[in-house]
Amino acid sequence: MDNAKWTFGLTMMIVGMGGTFLTLWILSLVMDLLKKIFPLAPKAATQDKK
Amino acid sequence: MLDTVVQGLSGLGAGTSYLFTSGGPNVIMLLIAATLLYLGVKKEVEPLLLVPIGFGCMLVNIPLSDLMEPGGLLRILYDMGISNEVFPLLIFVGIGAMIDFGSLLENPKMLLFGAAGQFGIFLTLLLALALGFPALEAVSIAVIGACDGPTAIYVASQYAPQLLAPISVAAYSYMALVPIIQPPIMRALTTPAERVIKMAPIKRSVSQQTKLLFPIVVTLVTGLLAPKGLPLMGTIMLGNFMRECGVVARLTKASENEIANIVTLFLGLAIGGTMEGHAFLKPQTLAIFGMGFIAICTDTIAGVLFGKLVCKLTGGKVNPLIGAAGISAFPMAARVVQAQGQLYDKKNHLLMHAAGVNTGGQIGSVVAAAVMLSVLKGMGLI
Repeated sequence: MDNAKWTFGLTMMIVGMGGTFLTLWILSLVMDLLKKIFPLAPKAATQDKK
Repeated sequence: MLDTVVQGLSGLGAGTSYLFTSGGPNVIMLLIAATLLYLGVKKEVEPLLLVPIGFGCMLVNIPLSDLMEPGGLLRILYDMGISNEVFPLLIFVGIGAMIDFGSLLENPKMLLFGAAGQFGIFLTLLLALALGFPALEAVSIAVIGACDGPTAIYVASQYAPQLLAPISVAAYSYMALVPIIQPPIMRALTTPAERVIKMAPIKRSVSQQTKLLFPIVVTLVTGLLAPKGLPLMGTIMLGNFMRECGVVARLTKASENEIANIVTLFLGLAIGGTMEGHAFLKPQTLAIFGMGFIAICTDTIAGVLFGKLVCKLTGGKVNPLIGAAGISAFPMAARVVQAQGQLYDKKNHLLMHAAGVNTGGQIGSVVAAAVMLSVLKGMGLI
């Protein structure tokens, strides 16, 4: 495999995998934030326990 | 008069004559079509796709049928929804309408498993490049590792339409083979003690507002970070938003039933139509199937190893088996994890945790494809 292909492949691997992890990590933080802003109403949680 | 009759008769036998003279590849493909139909009908391996794909493959390999020529039925279906990527996107609306992201929202960190489960994509990309495939073909082949048929078709139809048939057939075949491919890898990478780890039951903690806002937020965040993948994420989240908002039940029902069914039929037939013998039977087809297999094995290996890491970091609170569900094959991968967990402890219920990881894998596969396309755009390759 020539240098240009190696460069392309490794760039895709590092930026691609890193970008995927970063995007999903940001999404998980946003999801946590959503849960904090809009918590489950105590009534619904109690009903669930019953 | 006699000449005309003979000419007419020669037209009747032209197909058969072609089959026996230069139709060797067609005969092989007819056998492959029969195998696909057998797997779909008798073994129920992804029947909704393998039956139309197998039948389309049979139709296109009957000599002189012209079904993939301009104006032919299969060509019309191909132009209608494959060459412009509409069919996979419509299927994504249906998938979004079917998936409940509740179990993922209960524990959003499970999304990271969905990232680990995409490692096969990037390793396969390197492998395809090493085997001499050009960059865009290598990217299209690598997306088989997303374990996600519509994403594979979406990418291949844009950047490697000449490889669409082997890529889509490999993607769907390996998705169907997840229950066979994954368990040996899961067993090889985990210890007996790890396999019986019980995870704390999931407590309901997600409000309806959160579930409703989730698809909008995901669309905005991924759209801003990786805009080239927005059609994929946008359609899946549109389906999910319709499901969660509760005021368009008719549209939700149509998306997950009628539209998804019709599009699946058309998509399968059109893909089968691309499996013409002379174009399909090439060494590169075998190479693509081999790389697809490696991609899915690597996804599973990366997922389970990530599970082991999380298990160590949490002091043994996470069963590493759930890492195998970080791929897009939903809900099959989650069921495989549940079955493997119960194989070693019948009272171990990993399904809800694995379902969270599996929906994370669904999002992860789309994000990985979106990130790849955006990086390619950044490099000026597309």
